[in-house]
Amino acid sequence: MAKNAPPRWDRKMQQRLSRGEAAALGEMYDRFAALVHSQAHRMLDDEAAADLVTREVFGHVWENPDAYDPKQGSMRAWVTRLTHLESVRRLRRGADEDRDDPDDPEGPDGLEERVRRATVAARADYIASSMPAPLRAALELAYVRRRDYRQTAADLGVTEDEARRRLRLGLQLLSTARTRPPEGGPPPGYGRAL
Amino acid sequence: MSDGAGGRDEDGRDEGVRGARRIPGPRAAADDFAEPGPVPQPPEPAGAHAQAEPEAERAPRPAPDPAPPVLVLPHRVLQALLGAWALAACSAEETAAVEAHLTECAPCADEALRLRDAVGLLHTDRSLDLDPLLRSRVLENCLGRRPAKIPVPDWAAPYDAETARLDALLRDIGAAEWHAPVRLQWFEGEREAGRRTTVAGVIGHLMTVDGLVGAALGLDDPLSGAPLSPAARTESYWSATRVPPTRAVHEPWREQSHTLIRTVSFAGRGVEELSVSYGDFALPLQDALLDRAFECWVHAGDIAKAVDYPYEPPSAGHLHRMIDLAVRMLPAALAVRRRSGLAGPARQLVAAGSPGRSLHLEIEGSGGGDWYVALDSPAALGSAEHTVAQVALDGVEFCRLVAGHVPPVEAAAGQRGDREAIRDVLFAAASLSRL
Repeated sequence: MAKNAPPRWDRKMQQRLSRGEAAALGEMYDRFAALVHSQAHRMLDDEAAADLVTREVFGHVWENPDAYDPKQGSMRAWVTRLTHLESVRRLRRGADEDRDDPDDPEGPDGLEERVRRATVAARADYIASSMPAPLRAALELAYVRRRDYRQTAADLGVTEDEARRRLRLGLQLLSTARTRPPEGGPPPGYGRAL
Repeated sequence: MSDGAGGRDEDGRDEGVRGARRIPGPRAAADDFAEPGPVPQPPEPAGAHAQAEPEAERAPRPAPDPAPPVLVLPHRVLQALLGAWALAACSAEETAAVEAHLTECAPCADEALRLRDAVGLLHTDRSLDLDPLLRSRVLENCLGRRPAKIPVPDWAAPYDAETARLDALLRDIGAAEWHAPVRLQWFEGEREAGRRTTVAGVIGHLMTVDGLVGAALGLDDPLSGAPLSPAARTESYWSATRVPPTRAVHEPWREQSHTLIRTVSFAGRGVEELSVSYGDFALPLQDALLDRAFECWVHAGDIAKAVDYPYEPPSAGHLHRMIDLAVRMLPAALAVRRRSGLAGPARQLVAAGSPGRSLHLEIEGSGGGDWYVALDSPAALGSAEHTVAQVALDGVEFCRLVAGHVPPVEAAAGQRGDREAIRDVLFAAASLSRL
């Protein structure tokens, strides 16, 4: 569930948020909080910071529901973009604070590298969570549960050919996380059908 | 594969790779690696590619023992194996065959690197569950920044919080776990009763009984025409479905709970007193929703136990309200048991609304407090001055008693005073439980 909701859901949610309906805010949280939090955590590697990003992202959504433009993409993609922006802001701010520290091991290049890596990681998560469920299920069995492709095929009730195909296709999709410019280009997955 | 986008994507990609030349050529730098990479080795932990070094400098590996015979497979088959190879999910023979192929097929070698690198982007720490308390903190912050024009009534907050917590648990469990056996427990008369079902069956039970609240609000009852009593209703739901319930019940349950919250938000003043009938008894809407929050937590606990997940009690404020509701229902439950001869006779009848003989219920820990339960009549007031007995109990333990999850004789940590009163109150508390 909570995958790509129909555009109608997105528009309706936006209207309800604009109207100031607290129940809509709760539903929005239930649908997207896990996505926001795990993406922020992946980028910042810090539980407390991910909590704060989650707070900021939902605060922003609640205060500015009209900033969402359904023509630009899904609400899920919008929330992902907000999470990315807020996480990057936090990374940079953390780096600014470290700058006064003479022991700071990483210069501006190190920071850019961290932002780039974090962006790729977050994009990969987004791709993983948005890819068709059969591909995700196959990857989970092979990667998380360490099943080989024959066992994966048996678990999924598909042919071995199909299991191989899903594993390869899933990884191909994931690998696109690296192929797009980290910044300046379109934000992760935004406006793109996955 | 039902997803059109996935199919398109694959077709597009495959065309490109199929059309690639087979003859080995000079290797282009793969992706963002600065130097031409070495021949891909079997997948290593994430980030291993960063240490790519020229092949010549690599320490020789001990030969696999015994070396698997190298299979000879066609390009097409080897190419299809690349994903499984990158995930270390094929046999030793296939691994050797793929690696032999990579030394002579540049497109496959490029793809192999790319896919192996993609494996490094996967990660297993999905167990980083969202802190359930984060929800209320985040929502509170939002509402502080922009007050709601249409708030969720405060009395609906426990239901909102508990359904959200259960929803989060359900999202974390796997498809197979929806069929994990769950034993529901409650008290009937003097003895424990039980019913076996599954995780999905429990959600169906919650949904059908929540439907009573929805029906009182004029929403579509998913089980219209079904009996009102929660147990009969649940049985009729369970027997009406030809196949055992599956995880497909998750979405309708969640949608119904969201709809309930939304409906009471819009309903306006006075709706909290609307009567919700459970067949044998009725509760005002605000108590009914609190009761549903309680049931949601209790059954979430049953589910969590069945699938071996941790599950915390509700927040102290919500727990307090749940305890208060149960305590308010105790005098009537006592009277019912007295009429059936299951509780001792009334000792001292007083005028309605006057203080009568009471039991002091001292609830300790989170959500706790002091309550005085009128012993002789639901019409009497509980009173500290007329206390004849005292029971001390942890808040969660009291709720477990009310849910029929601990036998009354084992429940109280501390007891003092009139033994019959104590026994009657503890059994009356257990009698509040039901399927």
